[in-house]
Amino acid sequence: MLKHDGIISNEELKAVLPPPARLEKGPVAIIECLQDIPCDPCVSACPVKAIKMQEGITDKPRLEFDICTGCGLCVAKCPGLAIFIINLKHTPGMATVSMSHELLPIPEKGQEVTALDRAGKPVGKVKVVRVINPPAYDRTAVVTIEVPVDQVNNIRAIRV
Amino acid sequence: MSRNTEVFVIGGGPAGLSAAYVAAKLGARTLLVDDSSRIGGQLIKQTHRFFGSSNRDAGIRGITIADKLQQDIKDVSDKLTVLENTAAVGFYHNKEAGILSHSAYERVSYQSAIVCTGATENSLAFENNDLPGIYGAGGVQTLMNVHGIRPGQKILMIGSGNIGLIVSYQLIQAGVEVVGLVEGSPAIGGYLVHASKIRRLGVPIYTSHTILKALGTDEVEGATICRVDEKFQPVPNTELDIKCDCICLAVGLTPLIDLFQQAHCRMVHVGELGGLVPLHDSSMRTTNPEVFVAGDASGIEEATTAILAGRIAGARAYESVHGKSPQAEEIVAEAREELRTLRSGSTGERIRWGRERVMKEVGEC
Repeated sequence: MLKHDGIISNEELKAVLPPPARLEKGPVAIIECLQDIPCDPCVSACPVKAIKMQEGITDKPRLEFDICTGCGLCVAKCPGLAIFIINLKHTPGMATVSMSHELLPIPEKGQEVTALDRAGKPVGKVKVVRVINPPAYDRTAVVTIEVPVDQVNNIRAIRV
Repeated sequence: MSRNTEVFVIGGGPAGLSAAYVAAKLGARTLLVDDSSRIGGQLIKQTHRFFGSSNRDAGIRGITIADKLQQDIKDVSDKLTVLENTAAVGFYHNKEAGILSHSAYERVSYQSAIVCTGATENSLAFENNDLPGIYGAGGVQTLMNVHGIRPGQKILMIGSGNIGLIVSYQLIQAGVEVVGLVEGSPAIGGYLVHASKIRRLGVPIYTSHTILKALGTDEVEGATICRVDEKFQPVPNTELDIKCDCICLAVGLTPLIDLFQQAHCRMVHVGELGGLVPLHDSSMRTTNPEVFVAGDASGIEEATTAILAGRIAGARAYESVHGKSPQAEEIVAEAREELRTLRSGSTGERIRWGRERVMKEVGEC
């Protein structure tokens, strides 16, 4: 359970998972921010205004899944590194997960890296399909990896 | 030698820099002293992105906020004098204070003083806690992020507040293995997103645990931790030895208050704010009308609220020298509203209780 060990349980994750019909349509954000903390950069990062906080800055962000285009601009803006983009429609059987990565070395496109779950346990080798690291991201790279579809909500970090 | 100033700001962290900037910008002759060689306070070690409102620095790294504040004060250099490597060492009567640099002791005559001395780190009592290799989290950050020195190869973190969580993450970024994070409470104290960040990089989080002793004779070679019950008492036969060459204590901060006591400010003990703090009103004025406070010295919080409280104190200190000013009032109103929103919600509860207690005591003075 998140508040005891830092690991979001499947039960806790349900609150922020997009519905299956939305997942069928391609990339979408998952905002794994489950606590009322005073933070709101994701709201202004979203170019289509899909992220809302109803009760002000200390509210949890709520994502309008049907408005979200999965563009990923919120990912590097989140100070908690808590936003991921998942794309179930990458190739048949394979999905992608995009995540913030602030450790050196920054992997390169095509490189094989070790995927880690929410507890930091290695779950196998995966391929990096995209790395975005522009100056505007201020040293938070966004790395996209190719993962089996059933791992899309299990893999949350990489070891290069 | 002696100096003369209208507003005297002690401490060049986020609160002091913001207070000095506002006071000088409004037009007060201002002197800021800081005992370190580089102003910016703890911000110069903060390599992570800040939380908070995107209207004010959220999503920006602490080191960048320090740069911004340093740039701001350059814009008011005609009114503001900054002395680094200079400590305020005492308050005297007749609105005089003493400052000490490497080369001289001087007296400062001021009309209003703003004390932004910040906080000191708490330690923890356990067997062998004086072995080389046991650090406070602030010390670790200074070594690592200011001087580029790793404190060790394998480190055990004690404390799951935001500082413990964030410093663990920074240690991982610096290439140090964090072998575990120990927390006495059953729940993680800091923001859970920070906890998830280190957990998914493989750091075990031991809630309801405490450190019993550091292992080793000449230096840290490990630690014994154990489970604690709901009364924080060690549970027998749950001891676990963990190998490490460093132990980092992130077990809270205590406001640094000696100068307030010298200035005869009335103090109050508020646990939620970290201990003894000077009583102060919503203008950050203490019970000594010439002395203001801002930042962690007024109660442990974080940099964004320190900046806002510093702006309030700077505006009010200006007014106490030059009289009422609409611009000062506007700065105060804006900062108060931002503080209110930042402290709202469930994570701000403890701070709100603490702040309310201070306000209540002020009302009863």
